[in-house]
Amino acid sequence: MKSYLLSEYLVQVDGDRCTLCLACVVQCTYGVFSHNRESRGLSVRSEKCVNCHRCVIFCPVQAIAVVKNPTAYRENFYWAEKTIRATVSQAEKGGILLAGMGCDTSMPVYWDKLLLNASQVTNPSIDPLREPVELRTYLGSKPDRLEVCDSGDGPVLETAIAPQLTLETPILFAAMSYGAISLEAQEALAQAALEFRTLFNAGEGGLHKRLYPYGGRCIVQVASARFGVHIDYLNAAAGIEVKIGQGAKPGIGGHLPGEKVTREVSETRMIPEGTDALSPAPHHDIYSIEDLRQLIYALKEATDYVKPVFVKIAAVHNSAAIASGIVRAGADAVVIDGMRGATGAAPLVVRDNVGIPLELALAAVDQRLRDEGIRNRASIIVGGGIRNSADVVKAIALGADAVYIGTAALVAMGCSLCQKCYTGKCPWGIATTDLEISKRLSPDTASRRLINLLQAWSLEIKMMLGGMGMNSVESLRGNRLHLRGVGLTEGELKVLGVKMAGE
Amino acid sequence: MENLGCANNPYRDSKVVEACSLFGVMDRGGRRFDGKDIIRAMANMRERGNGLGGGFAVYGLYPDYRDYYAFHLMYENTTAKRRTEEFLAKHFNLHLTEEIPTNNNIQLSNPPLLWRYFLQPKKGCGRSSWDDYVLEKVMTVNNAIEGAFVFSSGRDMGVFKGVGYPEDAAEYFCLEEYEGYMWTAHGRFPTNTPGWWGGAQPFSVLDWAVVHNGEISSYGTNRRYLEMYRYLCTMHTDTEVLVYALDLLRRVHGLPLEVVSKVFAPPFWFEIDRMERKEKELYTALRQVYGSLLMNGPFTVIFTSRGEMVGLTDRIKLRPLCVGVKDDLIYMSSEEAAIRLVCPSVERCWRPKGGELVVGRLRAQAVEKLLASSEV
Repeated sequence: MKSYLLSEYLVQVDGDRCTLCLACVVQCTYGVFSHNRESRGLSVRSEKCVNCHRCVIFCPVQAIAVVKNPTAYRENFYWAEKTIRATVSQAEKGGILLAGMGCDTSMPVYWDKLLLNASQVTNPSIDPLREPVELRTYLGSKPDRLEVCDSGDGPVLETAIAPQLTLETPILFAAMSYGAISLEAQEALAQAALEFRTLFNAGEGGLHKRLYPYGGRCIVQVASARFGVHIDYLNAAAGIEVKIGQGAKPGIGGHLPGEKVTREVSETRMIPEGTDALSPAPHHDIYSIEDLRQLIYALKEATDYVKPVFVKIAAVHNSAAIASGIVRAGADAVVIDGMRGATGAAPLVVRDNVGIPLELALAAVDQRLRDEGIRNRASIIVGGGIRNSADVVKAIALGADAVYIGTAALVAMGCSLCQKCYTGKCPWGIATTDLEISKRLSPDTASRRLINLLQAWSLEIKMMLGGMGMNSVESLRGNRLHLRGVGLTEGELKVLGVKMAGE
Repeated sequence: MENLGCANNPYRDSKVVEACSLFGVMDRGGRRFDGKDIIRAMANMRERGNGLGGGFAVYGLYPDYRDYYAFHLMYENTTAKRRTEEFLAKHFNLHLTEEIPTNNNIQLSNPPLLWRYFLQPKKGCGRSSWDDYVLEKVMTVNNAIEGAFVFSSGRDMGVFKGVGYPEDAAEYFCLEEYEGYMWTAHGRFPTNTPGWWGGAQPFSVLDWAVVHNGEISSYGTNRRYLEMYRYLCTMHTDTEVLVYALDLLRRVHGLPLEVVSKVFAPPFWFEIDRMERKEKELYTALRQVYGSLLMNGPFTVIFTSRGEMVGLTDRIKLRPLCVGVKDDLIYMSSEEAAIRLVCPSVERCWRPKGGELVVGRLRAQAVEKLLASSEV
């Protein structure tokens, strides 16, 4: 069938600059470039281009530019180009459209409508360059009160505290499984987490043996397919996360095309090589909240109650009530994943239409847990759409203990958000398991970039905290008085629990 | 006061901001003395206030009625008084009811009706739960009866406060005629003009009273945490959260004072990391569990309760506190000059470090040298 799809991009090569070094031919994994031996020139097939920038960055003479195809559909606000392309594509293939990364539509971004406070006159701002400002964060269930006995020798703690995970910055790397991303990418995350004393999440694809030494900085997932779950896996980790849902695709399970299931992926996931790794939509042993409780306690039993168990859900309409149930079921942390959260592969229609913005879900969950007097019992970790340090600060002020970053971490390693992760051909060596491609990513270099990002954000968070007159992150947690809204309706302000700017 | 929030916070600000002068003095021997010195000391720090609030707390005030709760009430009108008195009669045995004596030659803006009641919970309420009972009733009056406000509810102690400079409030309430073994005072510089008497300090509930200077940046976090424990922060002041936090940690959770001070002004993590194991465990747990009660931002506070006066600043000392000792007398003040004015022969005068607890206790209970506290 002839395809009626226009190529999205045009790849332009400046013939005057090109030295025919063929770096682009090597770098492009989508087959855009080839060397035409007859004409001794470069052949370019723009229709294959995904605009990932790999060739542009690696062209030693800056001869390549990728531009949007100027041949556009007739302007139509209702039938936008994206919509027409999706329709044409489905007419030609007859299937569910897949997409990579997170929802990219023009849904409201509440982070951008929330503004932070700063001290003026009545209390001094604190300068993090000259004074300590603390970001250390502990994740895990906290008791409602402490018992302290006054021995003759000073006060002594008598309450046993549930297991806690220590972070030196309130930022963790979000769940990205081996298979969805390369082992090199995961190792880079692990190295960065180790060096910066935070945590990375291995996702639902098991933990490759090479990463066991990083277990102390690793959260392992138990998802509906139980890929790679065995006792050594659980024991190797610092914490365990039950993955119920994911912001990019609430209501459905993980999706790893067979092409990405190489020998090592198959060993790690404990599934046959080359088979599609499709997680069931629900956990078939969790059809209600009491079943979740059983799984949480089965995991705690298996690991001697020394590791916190998180439960991750997608941000959906009734997240607040669900989160309350999760805390009552014994989870040490609730993870809320917003609709902007990314993924290696999700049905486009689900990615762009299911779930709610993280900001609203977070505000509702934090308030509900407080209303019920159980906020201490679990930490709240949010992910799915955290783009910069300001988002982190706003999330904490809304009530989060810490945030997960996925997309930002991938971008730090080289990802340009071309959204083609599901093809397994990621030219940056990130979302691929092809060893020939993944070796492009050096874990050492990539972890350096990740550490730099964490450091930059942490400095910025300290600066904003100090500006608000606080020298410790726990004083920001749930401190919505330091937030003001602009351009929000009364209803939105009410859900967010913030006042309008100027009020 | 149904509209407590409105009365204290007419512009509905997130919270009421103020700066202040503080002074406290106690005689560890328990000897009672009049208010002349503390009034002079406060007048000496007049620059620190702006005439929009002044007040005093006196302990050892009503020795003849030691077993009775002394309720001090402000009424905006006689209806409020009637409704409150009906409520009190229903829940308490009233021993004595009288108008609080005032000197009406002193012109203060818009004074309310001021009455005091010596009372005990009605039979059926076990003595051990008296405090809880009284606290609940005070909250009820303050939140449900329009125009009525209980501004003092302890035993053998009382608070006197109003809109004006502290020395004027003292004259208005004839404080030179009262005696107590411990006095604290507050002069206020609010950044708005609530003009409401209940908004002045000391802020007090049961035997606790607090005078406070500062603006706590963590207020939003502190308040939402306390709301989880059913404390309603209707006054929108930092002082209010300090008092409720103190009540929660000391009375409800039973934590020792020095531990409470380390919740409000904890050591930095780098300091905790260097501690011995046992100590490290305690301090780590305190920050993990009570991190939401860290009082972050500038404050100096003087807490008083029966027989005890406690001074504390924020951990990086963004507000002043000076302590002086002369024989059995202990002074705490925003300014050293005020101490030297009333006690020129003060023996020791020093400024405690940020977050360092200073405790003065009646000799009978022995003044304890506490962990990381100043020796008094």
